[in-house]
Amino acid sequence: MYTIIIMKKILLTSFLTLLLMFGAIAGTDGVNELSKNKPKQVKDCFEKLNRGTFALNQGLDKVIFKPVAKAYRTLPSPIRSGTNNVLVNLSSLVTIPNNVLQGQFKTAGVNTGRFIINTTVGILGIFDVAKEMGFSEYEKEDYGQTLGAWGVGPGCYIVLPVLGPSTLRDAAGSFINVMGGDPYYNISAHGNNEFLDKSDYMLTKTLTAVDFRAKNLETLDNLEKNSLDFYASVKSLYLQDRKRKIANTKPSATIEILYEGDWEEIETQ
Amino acid sequence: MIFKKRFILIISFLILSCIGINHSNSIEPDVFVQSTVNRASKLLSENITKEEKIEKLKEIAKDTVDIQGIGLYTLGAARKSLSDEDRSIYSEQFEKYFLKSFSSRLAEYTNPEIDVFAKQVLNKNYTIVNSLLKATTERPEIKIDWRIYTKNPNDPLIRDLIIEGLSLARTQKEEFASVLSSNNGDINALFKTLEEFSNN
Repeated sequence: MYTIIIMKKILLTSFLTLLLMFGAIAGTDGVNELSKNKPKQVKDCFEKLNRGTFALNQGLDKVIFKPVAKAYRTLPSPIRSGTNNVLVNLSSLVTIPNNVLQGQFKTAGVNTGRFIINTTVGILGIFDVAKEMGFSEYEKEDYGQTLGAWGVGPGCYIVLPVLGPSTLRDAAGSFINVMGGDPYYNISAHGNNEFLDKSDYMLTKTLTAVDFRAKNLETLDNLEKNSLDFYASVKSLYLQDRKRKIANTKPSATIEILYEGDWEEIETQ
Repeated sequence: MIFKKRFILIISFLILSCIGINHSNSIEPDVFVQSTVNRASKLLSENITKEEKIEKLKEIAKDTVDIQGIGLYTLGAARKSLSDEDRSIYSEQFEKYFLKSFSSRLAEYTNPEIDVFAKQVLNKNYTIVNSLLKATTERPEIKIDWRIYTKNPNDPLIRDLIIEGLSLARTQKEEFASVLSSNNGDINALFKTLEEFSNN
Protein backbone atom coordinates (compact mmCIF):
# COMPACT_ATOMS: atom_id res chain seq x y z
CA MET A 1 0.00 0.00 0.00
CA TYR A 2 2.74 2.41 1.04
CA THR A 3 4.75 1.52 -2.10
CA ILE A 4 1.75 2.37 -4.29
CA ILE A 5 1.44 5.79 -2.66
CA ILE A 6 5.17 6.45 -3.19
CA MET A 7 4.90 5.29 -6.83
CA LYS A 8 1.91 7.60 -7.34
CA LYS A 9 3.89 10.53 -5.94
CA ILE A 10 6.89 9.75 -8.15
CA LEU A 11 4.61 9.65 -11.20
CA LEU A 12 2.95 12.92 -10.24
CA THR A 13 6.33 14.57 -9.58
CA SER A 14 7.59 13.45 -12.99
CA PHE A 15 4.43 14.80 -14.64
CA LEU A 16 4.78 18.09 -12.79
CA THR A 17 8.43 18.42 -13.81
CA LEU A 18 7.49 17.71 -17.42
CA LEU A 19 4.75 20.33 -17.33
CA LEU A 20 7.11 22.91 -15.88
CA MET A 21 9.85 22.10 -18.39
CA PHE A 22 7.34 22.35 -21.22
CA GLY A 23 6.07 25.58 -19.77
CA ALA A 24 9.55 27.07 -19.61
CA ILE A 25 10.26 26.14 -23.22
CA ALA A 26 6.88 27.06 -24.64
CA GLY A 27 6.38 30.49 -23.12
CA THR A 28 8.15 32.54 -25.74
CA ASP A 29 5.76 34.90 -27.47
CA GLY A 30 2.20 36.20 -27.34
CA VAL A 31 0.47 39.15 -25.82
CA ASN A 32 0.37 38.87 -22.05
CA GLU A 33 3.24 38.91 -19.61
CA LEU A 34 2.72 37.10 -16.35
CA SER A 35 5.83 36.45 -14.32
CA LYS A 36 6.74 38.90 -11.61
CA ASN A 37 10.51 38.90 -11.86
CA LYS A 38 11.28 37.61 -15.32
CA PRO A 39 8.45 38.57 -17.65
CA LYS A 40 7.60 35.80 -20.07
CA GLN A 41 4.76 35.88 -22.53
CA VAL A 42 1.83 33.56 -22.84
CA LYS A 43 1.38 31.63 -26.03
CA ASP A 44 -1.78 29.81 -26.96
CA CYS A 45 0.13 26.72 -28.19
CA PHE A 46 -2.90 24.43 -28.22
CA GLU A 47 -5.49 26.94 -29.47
CA LYS A 48 -7.53 24.44 -31.50
CA LEU A 49 -7.67 21.95 -28.65
CA ASN A 50 -8.29 24.76 -26.15
CA ARG A 51 -11.20 26.10 -28.19
CA GLY A 52 -12.65 22.58 -28.33
CA THR A 53 -12.33 22.15 -24.56
CA PHE A 54 -13.76 25.63 -24.07
CA ALA A 55 -16.81 24.65 -26.14
CA LEU A 56 -17.15 21.45 -24.09
CA ASN A 57 -16.98 23.47 -20.86
CA GLN A 58 -19.59 25.88 -22.18
CA GLY A 59 -21.86 22.90 -22.87
CA LEU A 60 -21.30 21.52 -19.38
CA ASP A 61 -21.93 24.96 -17.94
CA LYS A 62 -25.19 25.29 -19.81
CA VAL A 63 -26.44 21.86 -18.75
CA ILE A 64 -25.01 21.56 -15.23
CA PHE A 65 -23.24 24.52 -13.64
CA LYS A 66 -25.51 27.37 -14.69
CA PRO A 67 -28.78 25.68 -13.59
CA VAL A 68 -27.16 24.57 -10.32
CA ALA A 69 -25.78 28.09 -9.77
CA LYS A 70 -29.22 29.57 -10.46
CA ALA A 71 -30.77 27.19 -7.92
CA TYR A 72 -28.01 28.04 -5.45
CA ARG A 73 -28.84 31.72 -5.88
CA THR A 74 -32.38 31.06 -4.64
CA LEU A 75 -31.03 29.98 -1.25
CA PRO A 76 -31.35 32.60 1.50
CA SER A 77 -28.47 35.06 1.57
CA PRO A 78 -27.15 33.99 5.04
CA ILE A 79 -26.79 30.39 3.80
CA ARG A 80 -24.87 31.51 0.73
CA SER A 81 -22.60 33.85 2.65
CA GLY A 82 -22.02 31.17 5.31
CA THR A 83 -21.08 28.65 2.60
CA ASN A 84 -18.78 31.19 0.98
CA ASN A 85 -17.14 31.91 4.35
CA VAL A 86 -16.51 28.20 4.99
CA LEU A 87 -14.95 27.78 1.52
CA VAL A 88 -12.77 30.88 1.93
CA ASN A 89 -11.69 29.69 5.37
CA LEU A 90 -10.67 26.29 3.97
CA SER A 91 -8.69 28.00 1.21
CA SER A 92 -6.48 29.51 3.94
CA LEU A 93 -4.90 26.08 4.29
CA VAL A 94 -3.36 26.53 0.85
CA THR A 95 -2.85 30.29 1.18
CA ILE A 96 -0.79 30.12 4.40
CA PRO A 97 2.00 27.79 3.10
CA ASN A 98 2.12 29.91 -0.07
CA ASN A 99 2.48 33.10 1.97
CA VAL A 100 5.48 31.45 3.65
CA LEU A 101 6.94 30.23 0.35
CA GLN A 102 6.70 33.77 -1.02
CA GLY A 103 8.36 35.20 2.07
CA GLN A 104 5.20 36.94 3.28
CA PHE A 105 5.70 35.85 6.89
CA LYS A 106 3.61 38.62 8.44
CA THR A 107 0.67 37.84 6.13
CA ALA A 108 1.09 34.14 6.91
CA GLY A 109 0.79 34.98 10.61
CA VAL A 110 -2.31 37.12 10.06
CA ASN A 111 -3.92 34.41 7.91
CA THR A 112 -3.13 31.74 10.50
CA GLY A 113 -4.75 33.88 13.19
CA ARG A 114 -7.75 34.45 10.93
CA PHE A 115 -8.08 30.71 10.26
CA ILE A 116 -7.90 29.78 13.96
CA ILE A 117 -10.43 32.43 15.00
CA ASN A 118 -12.88 31.69 12.19
CA THR A 119 -12.64 27.91 12.63
CA THR A 120 -13.25 28.08 16.38
CA VAL A 121 -15.23 31.21 17.28
CA GLY A 122 -16.67 31.41 13.77
CA ILE A 123 -17.92 27.77 13.93
CA LEU A 124 -15.91 26.02 11.19
CA GLY A 125 -15.64 29.28 9.27
CA ILE A 126 -19.37 29.93 8.84
CA PHE A 127 -18.95 33.36 10.41
CA ASP A 128 -16.10 35.68 9.43
CA VAL A 129 -15.41 36.81 12.98
CA ALA A 130 -11.85 37.89 12.10
CA LYS A 131 -13.21 40.47 9.66
CA GLU A 132 -15.41 41.93 12.39
CA MET A 133 -12.33 42.06 14.61
CA GLY A 134 -10.57 44.23 12.03
CA PHE A 135 -8.25 41.70 10.33
CA SER A 136 -6.91 42.97 7.00
CA GLU A 137 -8.56 41.94 3.72
CA TYR A 138 -7.93 38.29 2.80
CA GLU A 139 -6.13 37.54 -0.48
CA LYS A 140 -6.03 33.93 -1.73
CA GLU A 141 -2.66 32.50 -2.76
CA ASP A 142 -1.91 29.25 -4.56
CA TYR A 143 1.10 27.26 -5.76
CA GLY A 144 0.78 28.61 -9.31
CA GLN A 145 1.16 32.13 -7.92
CA THR A 146 4.15 31.06 -5.84
CA LEU A 147 5.83 29.52 -8.88
CA GLY A 148 5.14 32.77 -10.77
CA ALA A 149 6.55 34.84 -7.90
CA TRP A 150 9.66 32.64 -7.98
CA GLY A 151 10.14 33.50 -11.64
CA VAL A 152 8.74 30.36 -13.30
CA GLY A 153 7.25 31.30 -16.68
CA PRO A 154 3.57 30.61 -17.31
CA GLY A 155 4.15 28.32 -20.28
CA CYS A 156 1.31 27.87 -22.70
CA TYR A 157 -2.25 28.91 -22.03
CA ILE A 158 -4.48 25.86 -21.60
CA VAL A 159 -8.16 25.22 -21.05
CA LEU A 160 -8.77 22.27 -18.75
CA PRO A 161 -11.94 20.19 -19.02
CA VAL A 162 -14.41 21.31 -16.31
CA LEU A 163 -11.74 23.36 -14.48
CA GLY A 164 -11.49 26.01 -17.20
CA PRO A 165 -8.69 28.46 -18.10
CA SER A 166 -5.17 27.90 -16.82
CA THR A 167 -1.53 27.90 -17.88
CA LEU A 168 0.88 25.01 -17.73
CA ARG A 169 2.48 26.55 -14.66
CA ASP A 170 -0.83 27.11 -12.90
CA ALA A 171 -2.02 23.59 -13.76
CA ALA A 172 1.22 22.25 -12.29
CA GLY A 173 0.53 24.40 -9.23
CA SER A 174 -2.86 22.73 -8.86
CA PHE A 175 -1.19 19.31 -8.90
CA ILE A 176 0.88 20.34 -5.90
CA ASN A 177 -2.38 20.53 -3.92
CA VAL A 178 -3.03 16.82 -4.43
CA MET A 179 0.62 15.95 -3.90
CA GLY A 180 0.52 17.04 -0.29
CA GLY A 181 0.35 20.81 -0.67
CA ASP A 182 -3.24 21.09 0.54
CA PRO A 183 -3.64 19.93 4.15
CA TYR A 184 -7.41 19.64 3.66
CA TYR A 185 -6.86 17.20 0.77
CA ASN A 186 -4.34 15.23 2.84
CA ILE A 187 -6.75 14.88 5.75
CA SER A 188 -9.70 14.04 3.48
CA ALA A 189 -7.95 11.60 1.18
CA HIS A 190 -5.22 10.06 3.34
CA GLY A 191 -6.21 11.01 6.86
CA ASN A 192 -7.74 7.64 7.82
CA ASN A 193 -10.36 9.39 9.89
CA GLU A 194 -14.05 8.80 10.30
CA PHE A 195 -15.09 12.41 9.67
CA LEU A 196 -13.72 13.15 6.21
CA ASP A 197 -13.02 11.27 3.01
CA LYS A 198 -12.08 12.16 -0.57
CA SER A 199 -15.71 12.84 -1.51
CA ASP A 200 -15.80 15.68 1.03
CA TYR A 201 -12.85 17.28 -0.73
CA MET A 202 -14.57 16.88 -4.11
CA LEU A 203 -17.79 18.33 -2.69
CA THR A 204 -15.88 21.36 -1.41
CA LYS A 205 -14.30 21.94 -4.81
CA THR A 206 -17.67 21.58 -6.55
CA LEU A 207 -19.26 24.01 -4.11
CA THR A 208 -16.44 26.50 -4.76
CA ALA A 209 -17.18 26.30 -8.50
CA VAL A 210 -20.94 26.70 -7.97
CA ASP A 211 -20.44 29.62 -5.57
CA PHE A 212 -18.16 31.36 -8.11
CA ARG A 213 -20.63 30.73 -10.95
CA ALA A 214 -23.55 32.00 -8.88
CA LYS A 215 -21.70 35.22 -8.09
CA ASN A 216 -20.92 35.77 -11.77
CA LEU A 217 -24.15 34.71 -13.47
CA GLU A 218 -25.03 38.08 -15.01
CA THR A 219 -21.42 39.15 -15.57
CA LEU A 220 -20.54 36.06 -17.60
CA ASP A 221 -23.81 36.11 -19.53
CA ASN A 222 -23.24 39.75 -20.33
CA LEU A 223 -19.65 39.14 -21.37
CA GLU A 224 -20.66 36.29 -23.65
CA LYS A 225 -23.47 38.29 -25.21
CA ASN A 226 -21.23 41.27 -25.92
CA SER A 227 -18.07 39.51 -27.04
CA LEU A 228 -16.83 39.18 -30.57
CA ASP A 229 -14.80 36.19 -29.42
CA PHE A 230 -15.84 34.92 -26.00
CA TYR A 231 -12.90 32.49 -25.83
CA ALA A 232 -10.43 35.37 -26.31
CA SER A 233 -12.24 37.52 -23.71
CA VAL A 234 -12.11 34.81 -21.06
CA LYS A 235 -8.45 34.12 -21.84
CA SER A 236 -7.56 37.81 -21.55
CA LEU A 237 -9.42 38.24 -18.26
CA TYR A 238 -7.88 35.08 -16.77
CA LEU A 239 -4.33 36.10 -17.71
CA GLN A 240 -4.79 39.67 -16.46
CA ASP A 241 -6.16 38.35 -13.18
CA ARG A 242 -3.27 35.93 -12.71
CA LYS A 243 -0.79 38.67 -13.44
CA ARG A 244 -2.36 40.91 -10.81
CA LYS A 245 -2.37 38.10 -8.27
CA ILE A 246 1.26 37.12 -8.91
CA ALA A 247 2.32 40.73 -8.52
CA ASN A 248 0.25 40.82 -5.31
CA THR A 249 -1.34 44.10 -6.30
CA LYS A 250 -4.65 45.15 -4.84
CA PRO A 251 -7.59 44.98 -7.23
CA SER A 252 -6.99 48.48 -8.47
CA ALA A 253 -5.18 49.06 -11.72
CA THR A 254 -1.76 47.45 -11.94
CA ILE A 255 1.28 49.52 -12.84
CA GLU A 256 1.62 47.78 -16.20
CA ILE A 257 -1.98 48.54 -17.14
CA LEU A 258 -1.66 52.15 -15.96
CA TYR A 259 1.49 52.99 -17.88
CA GLU A 260 0.87 50.98 -21.03
CA GLY A 261 2.69 52.81 -23.82
CA ASP A 262 -0.04 52.19 -26.39
CA TRP A 263 -2.29 54.74 -24.71
CA GLU A 264 0.33 57.48 -25.04
CA GLU A 265 0.45 57.02 -28.82
CA ILE A 266 -3.23 57.71 -29.31
CA GLU A 267 -4.18 61.37 -29.54
CA THR A 268 -7.69 62.42 -30.30
CA GLN A 269 -7.77 65.91 -28.78
CA MET B 1 -0.41 108.99 -17.67
CA ILE B 2 -3.87 108.25 -16.29
CA PHE B 3 -4.82 106.72 -19.62
CA LYS B 4 -1.71 104.50 -19.52
CA LYS B 5 -2.55 103.36 -15.96
CA ARG B 6 -6.12 102.61 -16.96
CA PHE B 7 -4.89 100.69 -20.01
CA ILE B 8 -2.58 98.53 -17.84
CA LEU B 9 -5.43 97.90 -15.41
CA ILE B 10 -7.79 96.86 -18.20
CA ILE B 11 -5.17 94.55 -19.72
CA SER B 12 -4.40 93.02 -16.31
CA PHE B 13 -8.10 92.54 -15.66
CA LEU B 14 -8.56 90.87 -19.03
CA ILE B 15 -5.61 88.51 -18.46
CA LEU B 16 -6.85 87.64 -14.97
CA SER B 17 -10.35 87.09 -16.31
CA CYS B 18 -9.01 84.79 -19.00
CA ILE B 19 -7.06 82.79 -16.42
CA GLY B 20 -10.19 82.70 -14.29
CA ILE B 21 -12.32 81.52 -17.20
CA ASN B 22 -9.84 78.80 -18.14
CA HIS B 23 -9.60 77.68 -14.57
CA SER B 24 -13.33 77.61 -14.01
CA ASN B 25 -13.88 75.66 -17.24
CA SER B 26 -11.47 72.85 -16.45
CA ILE B 27 -13.28 69.86 -15.01
CA GLU B 28 -11.68 67.73 -12.33
CA PRO B 29 -11.62 64.07 -13.49
CA ASP B 30 -13.19 62.76 -10.27
CA VAL B 31 -16.01 65.30 -10.47
CA PHE B 32 -16.48 64.36 -14.13
CA VAL B 33 -16.73 60.63 -13.30
CA GLN B 34 -19.12 61.17 -10.41
CA SER B 35 -21.39 63.39 -12.50
CA THR B 36 -21.31 60.89 -15.41
CA VAL B 37 -22.14 58.05 -13.04
CA ASN B 38 -24.95 60.05 -11.46
CA ARG B 39 -26.33 60.85 -14.91
CA ALA B 40 -26.29 57.16 -15.92
CA SER B 41 -27.61 56.02 -12.57
CA LYS B 42 -30.53 58.45 -12.73
CA LEU B 43 -31.37 57.22 -16.21
CA LEU B 44 -31.19 53.55 -15.22
CA SER B 45 -33.60 54.08 -12.35
CA GLU B 46 -36.17 55.78 -14.60
CA ASN B 47 -39.37 53.95 -15.37
CA ILE B 48 -38.83 53.64 -19.13
CA THR B 49 -38.39 50.70 -21.48
CA LYS B 50 -35.04 48.97 -21.89
CA GLU B 51 -34.82 50.17 -25.50
CA GLU B 52 -35.33 53.79 -24.41
CA LYS B 53 -32.64 53.33 -21.76
CA ILE B 54 -30.25 51.94 -24.35
CA GLU B 55 -30.80 54.94 -26.65
CA LYS B 56 -30.25 57.43 -23.82
CA LEU B 57 -27.16 55.54 -22.62
CA LYS B 58 -25.72 55.83 -26.11
CA GLU B 59 -26.10 59.62 -25.87
CA ILE B 60 -24.28 59.66 -22.54
CA ALA B 61 -21.50 57.52 -24.02
CA LYS B 62 -21.11 59.83 -27.01
CA ASP B 63 -20.70 62.80 -24.61
CA THR B 64 -18.33 61.23 -22.13
CA VAL B 65 -16.34 58.41 -23.76
CA ASP B 66 -13.44 58.80 -26.20
CA ILE B 67 -14.86 56.19 -28.58
CA GLN B 68 -12.39 57.06 -31.35
CA GLY B 69 -9.42 56.75 -28.98
CA ILE B 70 -10.61 53.43 -27.57
CA GLY B 71 -11.16 52.18 -31.11
CA LEU B 72 -7.58 52.97 -32.10
CA TYR B 73 -6.18 51.40 -28.93
CA THR B 74 -8.33 48.31 -29.41
CA LEU B 75 -6.95 47.79 -32.90
CA GLY B 76 -3.45 47.41 -31.47
CA ALA B 77 -0.52 47.27 -33.87
CA ALA B 78 -2.92 46.87 -36.82
CA ARG B 79 -3.85 50.56 -36.61
CA LYS B 80 -0.39 51.52 -37.87
CA SER B 81 -0.82 49.80 -41.22
CA LEU B 82 -4.40 50.89 -41.85
CA SER B 83 -5.16 52.91 -44.99
CA ASP B 84 -7.16 56.14 -44.59
CA GLU B 85 -10.17 54.50 -46.19
CA ASP B 86 -10.01 51.46 -43.89
CA ARG B 87 -9.47 53.71 -40.90
CA SER B 88 -12.63 55.61 -41.72
CA ILE B 89 -14.65 52.37 -42.18
CA TYR B 90 -13.22 51.04 -38.94
CA SER B 91 -14.04 54.20 -36.96
CA GLU B 92 -17.63 54.08 -38.12
CA GLN B 93 -18.06 50.36 -37.42
CA PHE B 94 -16.27 50.52 -34.10
CA GLU B 95 -18.53 53.29 -32.89
CA LYS B 96 -21.64 51.25 -33.73
CA TYR B 97 -20.15 48.16 -32.08
CA PHE B 98 -19.02 50.07 -29.01
CA LEU B 99 -22.29 51.88 -28.43
CA LYS B 100 -24.29 48.67 -28.76
CA SER B 101 -21.98 46.69 -26.52
CA PHE B 102 -21.62 49.48 -23.92
CA SER B 103 -25.30 50.34 -23.66
CA SER B 104 -26.60 46.78 -23.55
CA ARG B 105 -24.08 45.92 -20.82
CA LEU B 106 -25.16 48.87 -18.69
CA ALA B 107 -28.89 48.57 -19.37
CA GLU B 108 -28.95 45.35 -17.31
CA TYR B 109 -28.23 47.30 -14.13
CA THR B 110 -30.94 49.05 -12.18
CA ASN B 111 -29.92 52.02 -10.10
CA PRO B 112 -26.25 51.15 -9.58
CA GLU B 113 -24.66 53.11 -6.74
CA ILE B 114 -21.10 54.16 -7.46
CA ASP B 115 -19.00 56.27 -5.11
CA VAL B 116 -15.88 58.03 -6.35
CA PHE B 117 -13.31 58.17 -3.55
CA ALA B 118 -9.86 58.97 -4.97
CA LYS B 119 -7.85 59.93 -8.03
CA GLN B 120 -4.28 59.45 -9.19
CA VAL B 121 -2.72 61.74 -11.80
CA LEU B 122 -0.51 59.60 -14.06
CA ASN B 123 0.67 62.41 -16.33
CA LYS B 124 -0.82 65.40 -18.12
CA ASN B 125 -2.84 63.11 -20.39
CA TYR B 126 -4.22 60.63 -17.89
CA THR B 127 -5.79 60.50 -14.45
CA ILE B 128 -7.08 57.32 -12.84
CA VAL B 129 -10.25 57.85 -10.82
CA ASN B 130 -11.01 55.20 -8.19
CA SER B 131 -14.59 54.27 -7.36
CA LEU B 132 -16.66 51.58 -5.67
CA LEU B 133 -19.82 49.96 -6.98
CA LYS B 134 -21.78 49.25 -3.81
CA ALA B 135 -22.66 45.66 -2.95
CA THR B 136 -26.18 44.30 -3.34
CA THR B 137 -27.67 41.03 -2.12
CA GLU B 138 -26.77 39.51 -5.50
CA ARG B 139 -23.16 40.63 -5.84
CA PRO B 140 -20.27 41.86 -3.71
CA GLU B 141 -18.77 45.35 -3.73
CA ILE B 142 -16.78 45.98 -6.94
CA LYS B 143 -13.80 48.28 -7.36
CA ILE B 144 -13.86 50.26 -10.60
CA ASP B 145 -11.01 52.47 -11.80
CA TRP B 146 -11.59 54.89 -14.67
CA ARG B 147 -8.85 55.94 -17.07
CA ILE B 148 -9.65 59.55 -17.89
CA TYR B 149 -8.04 61.25 -20.87
CA THR B 150 -7.24 64.76 -19.70
CA LYS B 151 -5.24 66.22 -22.57
CA ASN B 152 -7.94 68.85 -22.85
CA PRO B 153 -8.76 69.52 -19.19
CA ASN B 154 -11.95 71.29 -20.21
CA ASP B 155 -13.25 68.18 -21.90
CA PRO B 156 -12.15 65.04 -20.02
CA LEU B 157 -13.12 61.74 -21.60
CA ILE B 158 -13.31 58.13 -20.41
CA ARG B 159 -10.86 55.78 -22.11
CA ASP B 160 -10.97 52.63 -20.01
CA LEU B 161 -12.73 50.94 -17.11
CA ILE B 162 -10.54 48.77 -14.91
CA ILE B 163 -12.79 46.46 -12.92
CA GLU B 164 -11.11 44.72 -9.98
CA GLY B 165 -7.78 45.23 -11.74
CA LEU B 166 -9.00 43.92 -15.11
CA SER B 167 -8.92 46.36 -17.99
CA LEU B 168 -11.95 46.25 -20.29
CA ALA B 169 -10.08 48.04 -23.10
CA ARG B 170 -7.23 45.53 -22.93
CA THR B 171 -9.69 42.61 -22.97
CA GLN B 172 -11.34 44.13 -26.03
CA LYS B 173 -7.95 44.69 -27.66
CA GLU B 174 -6.97 41.04 -27.17
CA GLU B 175 -10.35 39.94 -28.47
CA PHE B 176 -9.87 41.98 -31.65
CA ALA B 177 -6.33 40.63 -32.00
CA SER B 178 -7.75 37.11 -31.80
CA VAL B 179 -10.31 37.83 -34.54
CA LEU B 180 -7.54 39.25 -36.75
CA SER B 181 -5.15 36.40 -36.01
CA SER B 182 -7.71 33.70 -36.81
CA ASN B 183 -8.26 35.43 -40.16
CA ASN B 184 -4.58 35.87 -41.10
CA GLY B 185 -4.66 39.56 -40.16
CA ASP B 186 -7.38 40.38 -42.69
CA ILE B 187 -8.96 43.66 -41.55
CA ASN B 188 -12.03 42.97 -43.72
CA ALA B 189 -12.79 39.91 -41.56
CA LEU B 190 -12.81 42.19 -38.52
CA PHE B 191 -15.10 44.64 -40.32
CA LYS B 192 -17.46 41.77 -41.14
CA THR B 193 -17.48 40.54 -37.52
CA LEU B 194 -18.14 44.06 -36.23
CA GLU B 195 -20.94 44.54 -38.74
CA GLU B 196 -22.56 41.24 -37.81
CA PHE B 197 -22.40 42.14 -34.12
CA SER B 198 -23.94 45.57 -34.66
CA ASN B 199 -26.72 44.22 -36.87
CA ASN B 200 -27.75 41.37 -34.60
